[in-house]
Formats: sequence, structure tokens, C-alpha cells
Amino acid sequence: MTKVLTDARSIRIKGRSFLAVVLSPDLPLDDWLARLDDLASRSAGFFLGRPVVLDVTDLEICKTDLKELLAAFVERNVAIMGIEGARPSLLGPGMPPALKGGKPVSGDAVAKEPIIEIRNMPAETQPAEPEPRQVLQSLVIREPIRSGQSVIFPEGDVTVIGSVASGAEVIAGGSVHIYGTLRGRAMAGSIGNINARIFCRKMEAELLAIDGVYKMAEDMAPGLRGKSVQLWLENDTIMAETLI
Amino acid sequence: MGKVIVVTSGKGGVGKTTSTAALGAALASKGERVVVVDFDVGLRNLDLVMGAERRVVYDLINVIQGEAKLSQALIRDKRLETLFLLPASQTRDKDNLTPEGVERVISELRRVFDWVICDSPAGIESGATLAMRHADVAVVVTNPEVSSVRDSDRIIGLLDSKTVKAENGERMEKHLLLTRYDPNRAERGDMLKVDDVLEILSIPLIGIIPESMDVLRASNIGAPVTLADASSAPAQAYFDAARRLCGEPVPITVPGEKRSFLGKIFGRKAA
Repeated sequence: MTKVLTDARSIRIKGRSFLAVVLSPDLPLDDWLARLDDLASRSAGFFLGRPVVLDVTDLEICKTDLKELLAAFVERNVAIMGIEGARPSLLGPGMPPALKGGKPVSGDAVAKEPIIEIRNMPAETQPAEPEPRQVLQSLVIREPIRSGQSVIFPEGDVTVIGSVASGAEVIAGGSVHIYGTLRGRAMAGSIGNINARIFCRKMEAELLAIDGVYKMAEDMAPGLRGKSVQLWLENDTIMAETLI
Repeated sequence: MGKVIVVTSGKGGVGKTTSTAALGAALASKGERVVVVDFDVGLRNLDLVMGAERRVVYDLINVIQGEAKLSQALIRDKRLETLFLLPASQTRDKDNLTPEGVERVISELRRVFDWVICDSPAGIESGATLAMRHADVAVVVTNPEVSSVRDSDRIIGLLDSKTVKAENGERMEKHLLLTRYDPNRAERGDMLKVDDVLEILSIPLIGIIPESMDVLRASNIGAPVTLADASSAPAQAYFDAARRLCGEPVPITVPGEKRSFLGKIFGRKAA
């Protein structure tokens, strides 16, 4: 028995990471802007269409100065998409949003141009090495997942031999297999995988997601509740059928 | 070396303090040396339930801060001479409960007593995590209703991750004590069934305490229910739970179920 859970088209919410260029100005700002102009003149269009983040962590700056700095970026056609390391008091309406949790990227992962290093030497161009093919992994958990616990395994499949409690969550890059009752949340294909599936022995889930397509408990067909169920994605709609 | 038990639940008002006092008194009445320790700094209650509120001079915080010796802070019960209370401080802040201090006090108590029963505060903050930190055994007190069950589930997760035993890669022994079980409401389906709770929490059941006015009456006169009226239904259930804690195989009876179905009752085992 195959069912489309609801007719309404669902909204896709996905996580995605982008590589952003981070600019960390130093004082005095006029000098720094002059060096930026110097860089821009030598590699035209460097900032064009690139996400740029302004890092003000180590910068002693007041709100007015920050506004002026942002205006200076606008003048130079540099679009700032976010500000990192700013005190909440520094930011105001009309400014780019605060960002946090950024991770530094190793040299070879970044683009060819110099990013923050502003030197007179042109940067060497290195072809990016092809990424080694990742071995699909799986995580097996032999205990129930308790309320408040969260299992996040972007590398592959998650198998739980036990139940997933209400208020617990399992997030897998691959498929999710629950050999018990699924009462909490299960998200399969969390980093983009339309072929990921969710299997559980007893369906009581609060929320399900496959490849960013979400489904709340109340949108699920009542006939599935308490049954052994598998769920998969077909044309951006979560499909479900009872197993056995 | 004595055993350290933490009585915990996550949710408040489910019967942690009542159960601590009742189990402590039940164990002490068998001649075991027992100390009940109140970890609820700032909101202490165990002294009231034990009927020792007017005898508190020094408390757990005084001992931790080195202002009093353990022997000065321990209060001997007037009814059972092997039962002691280590009260919590009502006036101090719970930030005075330091991990090192708690470790020292617990290891001292463990040397002197057969059972150290720690009454955890509600919640999952430092008071609760410190109360469970050095435990060998956990008694998870749960009411048969969804919010209590979910909070207990959360606490079980913490017991398996934030305790010394868990950090050493050992398994914490956990028992479920189902309290305030009302046979009439269970009959009407207004309450979670015993089997449902066991299925969700999947830890062994150590006892089912029926909802009873005897419990309230006992706390009002300042006595553990197992001492106030040893023949009452909740007292009997606590005595049985205490025997199971000691490792005796005592069959569990669900209040309200007919005793003639002995096979069914004897066969009831935790998932």
C-alpha cells in the first residue's frame, strides 16, 4: 500500500555550506581600504559575485565607524553577506546579519586568488586535487536513543537497535533504520541524498525528513501510526508504505 | 564499601523525596546502615519528610566547605538507629555544591554506610548531575504520564553519559520506580499503562507504588511512609522495592490487578 502523505506541496528546507571570502580589516581603516583598493585594481572583479563575510572579531570599532566601513564596501561593489564576531550592540537594522560558527578552510580548498593576504606577488594557481572517493559508512547503535539525545552522522547510514524517544533525533547523511519505535525525529539524506530512506519497526514519529523535505506527525496518514513503515522520496514528496 | 543510590526523575513532584525517605527507612529497618542525602540545596524537603527539620544544625554545604565535620552534620533518626540524614542547606546557593566536595563527602559516606541514598533535585542542572555523578545504582522515579516519562527518559540518557561510571565505560544499574499509580484511572485509560512505560523507558521495574492518601498523611506527620504505617499499601510496595534493591527476587504486582492471575503477574518482567 503506497500513499502520498498529503497533496499539498511541501516546502524544502536544506542545509548548505558555501565557501565565503572573509575580510578582516585592521586599523587604521583608511590604510586597510587603500590596500584593498590596491588588490582590487590588480585582480579586477575579484569580489564580484562572491559571498564576502566581514570579520570584526579583533577590530576595535564603534557603530558609526562600522556603518562607514560598510558604505566603503558598497562604494567598491563588495557585497557583505554577513558580519562575524560583532557585539550585538554594534549591529543595527539595515546591516548584514551576524554570522557565527564559521570554520577556517585549508589552503587547497580555497580558490586560486589570494584571499586576505594582500601582497604584491601574484598568487600561484594550483589546480584543485580531485577529492578521494568517500567510502560509504554506517553507524550502528545498540541502545535506545533517549529524549534530548541527538545522533548526527552525515557520513552514511544510521541503524538503531532500540527505540528513538520523543524529543530525541537521528540525523543521517544516508538512510535511517530504527529497529524499535520511532517516537522522535528522523532525518535521512541530511546533506542532500534523494535516495535516502527511513525505516522503522513502529512509527510514532514527531517529524520526518528526507533530503530536506519535512513532514510533521499531523501530516502523516493515520493508518501508518504504530505500523512498520518505510519512507522515501518521490518527486519531492515523502511516500510511505507499511512493511510486511 | 557501601552502595550509592541516586533517586532521580527529571520532573518535579513525582515522588523523589518520598521515595528516598521510604526506601531509606525500609532498608534501615532490616538493620542496614543507611544515610539519606538531600541534594536539593535551597529547596530542601527531605528533613521535613524525615521529621528532622528542627534538628538541623550543619548541612551538606557546611561539610563541603569544611565548616563542619561529617559526623556533626549527620542526624540520626529517632525511630531507627541505623538511619541517618545529611540535610541540604536551605540558605546557601547551590553553586556551593562543588564536584570535588561532593566526591569527598560521598566517598566518606560510602566507607561508613551500607547504603548512601542521594535525593536528587528536579531538573537536569548541576544539582541533579552532581547528585547522580558518583552513584552505583539509579532509581528513576516516574509517574505514569507522558511528561514524566519523557523527562525520565532524558535523565536516563544523562545517567548513561554524565556519571563517573559511564565515563569509565561501565554501565550504570538503573531501576524504574513507578509512583502515584492509580488503579482506577488506569482502568479508565486515563493513565499510561505499566507496559507502555516499560516499553518506552526499557529499564527494569523495581516497584509500583499506588497513589494513596497514606503517603500525604505520612509526610504531614514527618515520617517516611514505611515507618508511619508499615501495613499500608504504599509502604508494602516500598518494602518490596527495597528487597528488590538488595537483589531479592520479589514478584511485582500491579495494584488493582487481580492476584488470582498469578502466572501473569509472576511473568511480568521489564523489557
